[in-house]
Amino acid sequence: MTDVTLTTPSHPLADLGDRLRRGSEYVVIPLAALLASALLFSLFLLALGKSPVTFVELIWKGGFGSAFAFQQTLVRASPLILTALCVAIPARLGMVVIGGEGALVLGGFAAAVIAIPFVGHAPAVLILPLMALAAVAAGALWIGAVGVLRHYRGINETISSLLLYYIARSILNFFVEGALRDPSDPNKPSTMPIGADNMIGAIPGTTVHWGLAAGIVACVLIWILLNRTTFGFAARITGGNVRAAKAQGLPVGKLVLVSTAIAGACAGLAGFFEVAAIQGKANASLLAGYGFTGILVSFLARHNPLAIVPVAIFLGAINSSGGLIQRRLDLPDATVLVLQGLMFVVLLISDTFYGRFAVFKSKGA
Amino acid sequence: MEDTGLVTVLLAMLAGAIRVSTPFMFVALGECLTEKSGRINLGLEGTLVFGAMAAYATSFLTGSPWLGVIVAGLSGSLFGALHGAICRLKGVNDIAIGIAMMLFGTGLAFFFGKAYIQPVAPHLPSIALGFWTDNPNLAKALEINPLFLIGIALAVLLWWALANTRMGLILRTTGDSAPAALALGINVDLVRFLATAFGGFLAGIGGAFLSLYYPGSWTEGLSSGQGLMAVALVIFSRWNPLACVGAALLFGAAGALGPALQSIGISRGYHFFNAAPYLLTLIIMILTTSPTRSLKGAPGELSITK
Repeated sequence: MTDVTLTTPSHPLADLGDRLRRGSEYVVIPLAALLASALLFSLFLLALGKSPVTFVELIWKGGFGSAFAFQQTLVRASPLILTALCVAIPARLGMVVIGGEGALVLGGFAAAVIAIPFVGHAPAVLILPLMALAAVAAGALWIGAVGVLRHYRGINETISSLLLYYIARSILNFFVEGALRDPSDPNKPSTMPIGADNMIGAIPGTTVHWGLAAGIVACVLIWILLNRTTFGFAARITGGNVRAAKAQGLPVGKLVLVSTAIAGACAGLAGFFEVAAIQGKANASLLAGYGFTGILVSFLARHNPLAIVPVAIFLGAINSSGGLIQRRLDLPDATVLVLQGLMFVVLLISDTFYGRFAVFKSKGA
Repeated sequence: MEDTGLVTVLLAMLAGAIRVSTPFMFVALGECLTEKSGRINLGLEGTLVFGAMAAYATSFLTGSPWLGVIVAGLSGSLFGALHGAICRLKGVNDIAIGIAMMLFGTGLAFFFGKAYIQPVAPHLPSIALGFWTDNPNLAKALEINPLFLIGIALAVLLWWALANTRMGLILRTTGDSAPAALALGINVDLVRFLATAFGGFLAGIGGAFLSLYYPGSWTEGLSSGQGLMAVALVIFSRWNPLACVGAALLFGAAGALGPALQSIGISRGYHFFNAAPYLLTLIIMILTTSPTRSLKGAPGELSITK
């Protein structure tokens, strides 16, 4: 899982052709894995008497087919970008954090709650940054706690982050159906709405909210942090070999805590945009599974922040064509889950092929 | 009045502990065995959900809940076998595969289970062990599912077999040191493959209990992390099958707290009490792990405790 080659600091005399050759392994193998999972999924569809060709057409149509469809895809991609970062940053340290959904939920909840006393009394310019701050803080604390448990108690981060997701879900339901429920909303238990005036709006000329821009900026910043700073370098050493890192005097604890906190902040921010740009309030709609699809996005992108953006758009397209697939092919909505699960499994199998093909080796090495 | 309320809650918790603990027990025993071989399967959550769906569908289609249990176990062992087969490949991470299998299994279960959300399938019968009492609550608490008893018997059997049989020795050696096992001529990959497949079998049966006994219907929200909590439970039990039963009962009681309070009309903190098993798991892990020394009884090859 540690992709060292792609991000090795460049030697001044490094031959560009060689670097491309070595780097292409990290593009070719995942693409081959995607192709293989597409073939397997086609067999699955054929066995059910459905046409794989129609399936691909529907994903194309539902995900990219029109300006409207593509913008829907981008709307779904933005939380995926941010929750994928929640996986990718700790992955640099060799940690597998899967509870990003919990940070998203609590981030969205914190954003909605902190807005309540100010709605109608303060301008949106003040309320929105406050909401974003609350969301980021909630997410950072939540996944940061995973780092604390890992560093101080040696608790496996995969298990603790998933347990914290279930706890986050209970916290949301507890307050939304109890003390903080909006009594005027008869349908779905929700917090008080933040009001149309305080919604964050779309990027001019589109129907896509600013979460996409924030996600892309976050990816670039985190790429720089992980690949062009001593922090990122130290994180990579730690991910490669904790004992060696400790022997070198690297502050492993600090790396773990800071990385998990930043990771959680990203997922919390995703929750902020879900509330401030889409829902307008916090309710069970926050539990849409973006945090879990984000895990797949990060693994498909090999935990490279820059690769996360196109992968998130790709999976956003699959997600947003789910409804179309359901109607046209008469398949359950879980079809998309099967496809994603299959992609995940095949992708991980493809890990075994790294370093096995001479084509990708440097000539000098 | 208060007194009877407390008794009702305690009885409901006892009944709940017995009911809720069974799936925990099966998944934990399966995971215990897999981890004893030196590999971890985080995908049992997906296996559990798929097992629940397969059992319910089979019971509905054939009218035989016990056939459902067997089908659930077999489908679970297929998932386990897939996990085991993938993990033997070089350079593949068993934790990541577990997460992928969790999503894949859940996706498949939801896909095939759509048609079975509405219909009512025959349930597993229960044994009324409370025939001697006049207290209807106690009698209800002692209506025990055979799977609970099978689980306990299985735990004893596993505990005995791990310590006293040749197979148990092979399994433990494989889990403690793959090089040592290789030197003894043991096929490490095969042992782990079989241990993971058997672990999947038990997790599938745990799922069958969920859909065919308690809560007793197939819905997409049926399992909420039992499969994953079982992994924590195995660590807490120090890889001892007997301790797994005790831990499962403890978790069952925690999980039964919310519904028990609801049964006497306290529903205010329902979601809060719903979080009890997760909080308990977390607290137990905080109390029982250490960042510096490895855990007593931990298989030496296990990636999660290294």
